[in-house]
Amino acid sequence: MINTPHEQRRLQSKLGRVRGLGSTREGVHHWWAQRMSAVALLPLSLWFVFSVISLTGSDYNSFIAWAGEFGNSVFLVLLVVTMFHHAQLGLQVVIEDYVHSEVWKVGLLLFVKYGAVVFGFSAIFAIFKISISG
Amino acid sequence: MPDTNRPLSPHLQVYRPQITSILSITHRLTGVVLAFAALLLAYWLASAAYGPEAFERAQALLESWFGRLVLFGFTFALFYHMCNGIRHIGWDMLLGFDMKTLTFTGILVVLVSSALTVVTWLMAYGHVDKL
Repeated sequence: MINTPHEQRRLQSKLGRVRGLGSTREGVHHWWAQRMSAVALLPLSLWFVFSVISLTGSDYNSFIAWAGEFGNSVFLVLLVVTMFHHAQLGLQVVIEDYVHSEVWKVGLLLFVKYGAVVFGFSAIFAIFKISISG
Repeated sequence: MPDTNRPLSPHLQVYRPQITSILSITHRLTGVVLAFAALLLAYWLASAAYGPEAFERAQALLESWFGRLVLFGFTFALFYHMCNGIRHIGWDMLLGFDMKTLTFTGILVVLVSSALTVVTWLMAYGHVDKL
């Protein structure tokens, strides 16, 4: 079934498909964004794990010195942005799959999306502050 | 209102657990777990921005036996989700769909992510010992 061309599987016209972009009205945007962020997270999280290993046992001052270093600050911001974006995309699918009550579903989706923005921005501003004052 | 009394398709528990299904739900589970890890990362960075006292409090929390247990779990969740994510990207490119490859890559993901978790913690403890 995977290798069957689109034309053989659906009766909808090509124009209809382009106009409607499927049942969610967004086409493959979510799917593609999830993959894009996943690929970016691969090197970013490996860098983070390696950094945390070399930070083990360090005190406040050495942590600030590390996080405030230009390259590390940039990578931390990239990690946080990509991580929270990827997390809210994934949690969205889990909620859509398992929460059937419309009220709870929309409520939880808003909670997750706003939460990702609030915590993501907090982390970014924390990095900015460390980077500028440290 | 939609009719909510419709007959349902059989639920997950009637199927025999298989490596494919177990690994699939574990991917979701680790994804949700990692969302909480992201919150912890935000808290950790924010504590450092607040100042030495807040950072020391966060460090004390993370260094406790419970903190280490949670971090160990997060480490495995990260490596599992990462390795199985690579498997997913392969499927997106129509690679590795036959049952033999599917089982092989599944076992590989479990072994590699477990090994990476242990190696990471050994390296971290080795790093502390050198200080």
